Amino acid sequence: MLWKTTEYAGWGGALTATGEIARPERASTLEALLADAPAPAFGNRRSYGDAALNDGGRAIDMTRMDKIIGFDADTGVVEAEAGVTLATLMELFAPRGWVPAVVPGTGFATVGGAIGQDVHGKNHHVDGSFGNHVISIALVSNGKRVTCSPSRNKALFRATLGGIGQTGVILSAKLQMKRTPGTTMQVTETRLADWDEQIDALSTSTATFAVSWIDAQAKGRAMGRGILEEAELADADAPAPAKAKSVPLNLGLFSNGLFARIFNEAYFRRVPADGKVSVKRLEAFFFPLDKVHNINRLYGKGGFHQFQCVVPTGSVDVLEDMMNRVARSGLASPLAVLKRMGEDRAGMMSFPMEGYTLAVDFPNKAKARTLIGTLETMTREADGRLYLAKDSLATGAAIKAMYPEWSDWAAEVAKADPDETMVTDMVRRLELRG
Amino acid sequence: MQETWIILGATSSMARAFGRKLAERGATVFLAGRDMADLKGAASDLSARGAAHAEAVKFDARDAASFQPIIDKATGTEGTINAAVFVGSMPEQSAIDADPALIDGTVTDSFTGPARFLQLLAPEMEARAGGTVVGVGSVAGDRGRLGNYVYGAAKAGFATYLSGLRNRLTRSGGHVVTVKPGFVDTAMTWGIEGMFLVADPMDVAEDILKAVEKKRDVIYTPFFWRYIMLIIRSVPERVFKKLSI
Repeated sequence: MLWKTTEYAGWGGALTATGEIARPERASTLEALLADAPAPAFGNRRSYGDAALNDGGRAIDMTRMDKIIGFDADTGVVEAEAGVTLATLMELFAPRGWVPAVVPGTGFATVGGAIGQDVHGKNHHVDGSFGNHVISIALVSNGKRVTCSPSRNKALFRATLGGIGQTGVILSAKLQMKRTPGTTMQVTETRLADWDEQIDALSTSTATFAVSWIDAQAKGRAMGRGILEEAELADADAPAPAKAKSVPLNLGLFSNGLFARIFNEAYFRRVPADGKVSVKRLEAFFFPLDKVHNINRLYGKGGFHQFQCVVPTGSVDVLEDMMNRVARSGLASPLAVLKRMGEDRAGMMSFPMEGYTLAVDFPNKAKARTLIGTLETMTREADGRLYLAKDSLATGAAIKAMYPEWSDWAAEVAKADPDETMVTDMVRRLELRG
Repeated sequence: MQETWIILGATSSMARAFGRKLAERGATVFLAGRDMADLKGAASDLSARGAAHAEAVKFDARDAASFQPIIDKATGTEGTINAAVFVGSMPEQSAIDADPALIDGTVTDSFTGPARFLQLLAPEMEARAGGTVVGVGSVAGDRGRLGNYVYGAAKAGFATYLSGLRNRLTRSGGHVVTVKPGFVDTAMTWGIEGMFLVADPMDVAEDILKAVEKKRDVIYTPFFWRYIMLIIRSVPERVFKKLSI
């Protein structure tokens, strides 16, 4: 059958939708479908909130549109259908000397999704966001097949990068990959005793890939302690791949404060006081959580929220204030990260700005939602920004205030999709179409 | 070792997954089917994934004239010649009840078409003293059921054909693997009520390739369908005839 009625959710599981989903496997099926009844598309639904949801309406699951259209081993240019995952690109092409230039924390993210959210990675301060490496995008926009690039249909291109699928259904994209000497990473981990050490370390790190884990339960003098992870692409002997594990039940462990404190203590002590240097497989470094399938079940049935903001370098003290509140609340899960960002952003609605980005997971509880509300207000007052790939709680007014090019984007989207066929739950919630 | 594979019905998601497994091994793959646009895309995909050569070729189970050109292409390559048959069609039983002529097409697509093709290919495989045929049947072929007994009958016929072909090719060092998949997560099963324990096409492809390497004769995939079908086959006919499963 073409359409399947089902309940589905984003990665956080806190928001759900019920509607008809089609999952075409061939271009001819997809084209017929879009000609007949255009609907918003999604990939592996790794956005946490409602970016991929269309409650009461239809949506297109693009995960089976996953062919590599072309690859040039000399230039590192790959053309891939929207449903190809970034882990697939890495696995296929790293042995031939190329990796996707930018990957987020999960390799399950698809090419289409990475464009729609203009994702960033641990190398943002050096290489910019995913969109900075997109050569061109083919999409079906307002019933027509269109190609856009930095030189052709430029406004459409900039509205599509980070445009949460509103300019049309992305069919495929041409990407410039990044050279790699091998299929491993040389990783240096360093303990950081407190917040000041965190900021010092991140601001002075010269590594291509740099990110910090932060113990979001540590209070007082230890507030902000964590582990800095710096890495370079390398050609070394790789350790054996880790066996995939799965979380069989909705456990709720990560929603438990005591568990989080014990976990964090152990995780902090995992790295010796004088640091640790190791070789990791590419996927173990870039997608550490992917080997545990259904890890989101660790949060329990109610799901969870991830708060991720970026604030300008000058407002880094606001982040410290935020972390103090998070630590005092005792609500944060062990998954919390801090990263320095460069200034590059590819699209009108792209998240990055020069400064620091903080991401913290919370269980979907009333107290956590209230805290996230406070953090959002602080972000806005610091001229910072929230990440649409993570958001499930913000208001439209806040988002519009944070994204200076929002009205240009909305105007371009109105041209690309005048019948509002691409509208999703996120777009409705944040009133992003005007 | 160089190997060439002909995949009949290469547009299906199980075939696509199997083709990718072959590409990883550096095989030469001829992708045969009707949707040439999709097959050309699939050929590029397999080339990028490591296939020595991948090419789209026209195949229509109902048009025997389309068979020989494919075999000619395969015989133009070095090494073993292998074939994997994923073709088949399953009209709704109610559609067949309304128009019994649909039986002919179903049997051609799922049994006699691929059987004629393999019959042409067998001498070439014998000449090269090796090669494997993978024939994808269905658990539906294990017992006639109310919901799809024409499709089931065609697959049962194909399974018996494969058994005979195995008997023949063994003598020249060749092999035949009969694959009986249970429910697989494909466009065919998408949105159909009552599906359970649905398998991922990639896992099915991996099972098939393992069976090829180990020269297994008949496999169920996922494996537990062997036991499900053992139970279903062991129900006495006088009881079975009253059931609707």
